[in-house]
Amino acid sequence: MGMINANLLKMFNNLMNLAKEKGQTINLMEVCGTHTMALFEHGIRSLLPENINLVSGPGCPVCVTGEEVIVEAMDLIENNTVTMFTFGDMMKVPGEGRTLNELKAQGFPIKVAYSPRVALEFAEKNPKIEVVFFGAGFETTAPALGAVILEAFNKKLNNFSVILSVKTVPPAIHFLFSQEIRINGFILPGHVSAVIGAKSFRFITEKYQVPAVVTGFTAEELLLGISLVVNSILKREPGYYNAYPTVVREHGNIVAQKIISEVFEIGDAYWRGIGNIPSSGLFLKEKFAKFDAKKKFGLKDRQPIIPRGCKCGEIMLGKVLPPACPLFGKACTPEKPVGACMVSSEGSCAAYFKYGRR
Amino acid sequence: MDLITLAHGAGGKLTAKLIDNLFKKYLGNEYLFQGDDGAVLSLPTSKIVFSTDSFVVSPRIFPGGDIGKLAVYGTVNDLAVMGAKPLFLSLGLILEEGLMIPELERIIQSIAEAAKITGVKIVTGDTKVVEKGKGDQIYINTSGIGVINAPFIPTGRAAKPGDKILVNGFLGDHGAAILACRENITGDFISDCAPLNDLIELILENFPVHTMRDPSRGGLAATLNEIAKQSRVGIELWEESIPIRPQVKTLCGYLGLDAFALANEGKVVVILPSEVATEVLETMKTHPLGQNAAIIGEVKNEPQGIVYLKNAFGGERIIDMPLGENLPRIC
Repeated sequence: MGMINANLLKMFNNLMNLAKEKGQTINLMEVCGTHTMALFEHGIRSLLPENINLVSGPGCPVCVTGEEVIVEAMDLIENNTVTMFTFGDMMKVPGEGRTLNELKAQGFPIKVAYSPRVALEFAEKNPKIEVVFFGAGFETTAPALGAVILEAFNKKLNNFSVILSVKTVPPAIHFLFSQEIRINGFILPGHVSAVIGAKSFRFITEKYQVPAVVTGFTAEELLLGISLVVNSILKREPGYYNAYPTVVREHGNIVAQKIISEVFEIGDAYWRGIGNIPSSGLFLKEKFAKFDAKKKFGLKDRQPIIPRGCKCGEIMLGKVLPPACPLFGKACTPEKPVGACMVSSEGSCAAYFKYGRR
Repeated sequence: MDLITLAHGAGGKLTAKLIDNLFKKYLGNEYLFQGDDGAVLSLPTSKIVFSTDSFVVSPRIFPGGDIGKLAVYGTVNDLAVMGAKPLFLSLGLILEEGLMIPELERIIQSIAEAAKITGVKIVTGDTKVVEKGKGDQIYINTSGIGVINAPFIPTGRAAKPGDKILVNGFLGDHGAAILACRENITGDFISDCAPLNDLIELILENFPVHTMRDPSRGGLAATLNEIAKQSRVGIELWEESIPIRPQVKTLCGYLGLDAFALANEGKVVVILPSEVATEVLETMKTHPLGQNAAIIGEVKNEPQGIVYLKNAFGGERIIDMPLGENLPRIC
């Protein structure tokens, strides 16, 4: 952690005091799940006055993956001889009451991977095994997924395919503004912005007149980000800031963008608990159709499964905080999660449960 | 072929050969040589501590240690933190058909060395062989007996508000080393696998320790949560004082893990009255296993059963009991 720059801390504390004096309610949305975790981890919530709320947005990839996609993955593994790789959090998300973890315990070959490359390498080494990578993600994971698919394409691999649930963040923020939300400022995802560029979120301030800041994940970066956006709110001068310039460029990472546009095409996507958001999903282009596990194994499309009782959708839209969900901490805990927000290490419910309000 | 077959576990000639050529050769002592079904032991006092632990770590050999060392140090450390001087160990081996005997020999040698370092005798043992595919090469169970000489026994129920919390060095090294191995992550990750009995003896001889525990599986987070509940106290930690290596922090960031929940195999948490804390810290630093010791926090009245962390700029958060699913089979 190290020490925090004393001037920054002073500025932050002064702004928090000023905000407290003024008394207006300020709702800040941190869109990204990693920010949710980092804000708790650094105890930053405990430093905010009561009239400043941090609300988590739809920025956790596992949380916004529809339950039906998980059920599809389980269908695939039960009805076909495949070895499946996926990210750790996916293992615990329930789909119609079951999880990939449970299938693994029954003996189905399901492996946890930190990167899709592991699955590709396994497929190359084991040409007789059908390997499927089940990946959820945003613009951050899309380049890695795209690169692996390009490599499989170039190497003409026949035993590798993917189930993807890849979404893009800016359309979700447009969608937020179509809802009745009261967000006074945005803390924008640093990693996503590093790929698509700070420019991709300028519309928040330009079109909707709401202050916003792209920021990093250390305590210092977060304190700076919050200071900039709160200052902007108090002054009633909607500003747009890139407080993560060492990593985030105005136009982003062109190489990564090229991979994304080469492999994926944009389409409407279903967000768990939220619904359909136009042009918010990335899907494999026709050229790469042979790597689409759903087509390869003839999986049927499933209707979206609406989670029962849990308020995932409202939580991810910033309408309510996790403790307001009737299931929170009772029927839904990290040991036995109902919704993905409680499963994923980036989920706002899991963060609330793990780190508490302090 | 020089490998373990089912016959090695059948109790016949091959079993006897294994016992003679490996176990007696490396682990032999007057008790083991008796060759009976159990060992007749003489204990210097009537107060003993008895503890058991099983070891299923994967990979079996890792930077800084192996499953053999871990099996001895793990039980020795459990006895030591209870204030006992470890004397005797049992050694139960479950081997999988196909395990290479040279590897087994290396592990037995490692066990012998660890026993010698800690001054414990392996006095009874058992070997079973399971069919190929029904185990992961080798599982080890050790049980141990230690005797209590000190007038008091540190327990998890004895932490008092005002007490200081100390740890003898960098946290999370074992968990990080195992994970780095498994995920093929290169970097300077070395397990802290070590026997704590000597260091603990040094502390117990000189200071009135209330609570002592080795934060192995579940790491510091699990250990302190247990103590906070057992002692019905709150525990405040100071983030800047907690020794964690930068590379371990980076690995945690990369894999999305909590360094406080990573396993340790050579660390002890000591909780004792505030008045002696600085002196204990200096004493710990005189020992090779305590050179990076630190006072990391304080026991509070409130909130009962809760562990929380304060950072340099006043931020606070709760350190919860880890779920433990991220890191299966770490010790």
